[in-house]
Amino acid sequence: MSLSRAFFAVIRRDLVLALRRRSEIANPLLFFILVITLFPLGIGAQPHLLQAIAPGIIWVSALLAAMLSLDSLFRSDFDDGSLEQILLSPHPTSVLVLAKIIAHWLVTGLPLLIVAPLLAVFLGMPNHSLGILLLTLLLGTPVLSLIGAIGVALTVGLRRGGMILSLLVLPLYVPVLIFAGNAVQMASSGLPVNAQINILIAILLMALVLAPLPTAAALKMSIS
Amino acid sequence: MQTTSTHTLEGAGLSCIRDDRVLFEELAFELASGQVLLLEGKNGSGKTSLLRILCGFREPDAGEINWCGDAVNDSQFYAQMAYVGHLDGVKKELTVRENLKMSLALSSVGRYSIDEALAKVHLTGYDDVLVQALSAGQKRRLSLARLLITENVLWILDEPFTSLDKQGIALIETLMTEHCANGGMIVLTSHHDIDLPDVDVQRIYLS
Repeated sequence: MSLSRAFFAVIRRDLVLALRRRSEIANPLLFFILVITLFPLGIGAQPHLLQAIAPGIIWVSALLAAMLSLDSLFRSDFDDGSLEQILLSPHPTSVLVLAKIIAHWLVTGLPLLIVAPLLAVFLGMPNHSLGILLLTLLLGTPVLSLIGAIGVALTVGLRRGGMILSLLVLPLYVPVLIFAGNAVQMASSGLPVNAQINILIAILLMALVLAPLPTAAALKMSIS
Repeated sequence: MQTTSTHTLEGAGLSCIRDDRVLFEELAFELASGQVLLLEGKNGSGKTSLLRILCGFREPDAGEINWCGDAVNDSQFYAQMAYVGHLDGVKKELTVRENLKMSLALSSVGRYSIDEALAKVHLTGYDDVLVQALSAGQKRRLSLARLLITENVLWILDEPFTSLDKQGIALIETLMTEHCANGGMIVLTSHHDIDLPDVDVQRIYLS
């Protein structure tokens, strides 16, 4: 019984499940694309305005898409009893939970990264800021999954936890939104963005270390 | 892999209070290798609550549980127990074999291989069938197969006979007798009268 084997088994299982369910991948991605394509239609023929608010549009949409996908993180495991089995495993729950969060990010966060450059061009963002946009998404979206996991773990036992979940989680998303949005905006005007990127890296590392433990504790609470 | 050392599970002074209602108080039991503890009682008398306390999903409101003399959290308890609850704990989008492999990855290798365990629970040939295509009884047998492939001493079973037919029940009783003969122990709740002639069965009636 090795911990790494259990860790990768959990990731692989969740990826196989996502592939067989499909909607789990498709829903947040479709939402992300739809919201972003609606903005130019709503704003009308004002390319400069669109260009100016493009980083905000992309990041707010990514944030909402992540919120939308959060519930699927533990819901089915909670409903069919797999979560009980994970908690009863002799391996530390927080490590197995981290595996689930990574799988969740691969399924819901990574696809956003892949379509984001296309949508950025669509909104008229200057080419030299695309790299920074991708970097902020790469650093920021895992944080959304990690922080979200705490909220989902707390609310998975409630019948209608959706509203509480967004109230719990959205305020914690705000720092990521501010620094990531700001970085992309600065990059568009050709200014250095090292500070924002460093802070995003710090937030990511902190979430990576600090999020799995309370998530595991909250899951134990939800299941009792 | 027969265990030569004997294991013990002790509960002392256990009580459980739910919504200001006392389900049980000052409950004590002592279980050793080769024994079965059967919890009986009406619906809502706290049988499942007691099992969930044993699993560590709930804290007892008073009392303590010891595994081989040590408090549960300080011992090898979680590496030596397996639980089958109301929920089957299998993923319906995965095949039978994928589900068992997952259980194996979360625990350590036990007495039987996956193929042997499937043969034991009469699910041979269902390896690559998605669990959603199985009947309720077959799903139950699959979740009981988990007990055979992982290494464990203590089985905690919550109504293991639900949705099983007569042959299924006889099959599980055979497996339980075998487990006890190999030094295992079982705590279970059941509405059925269990028929285990060769095993030392203790009964606790919760009211």
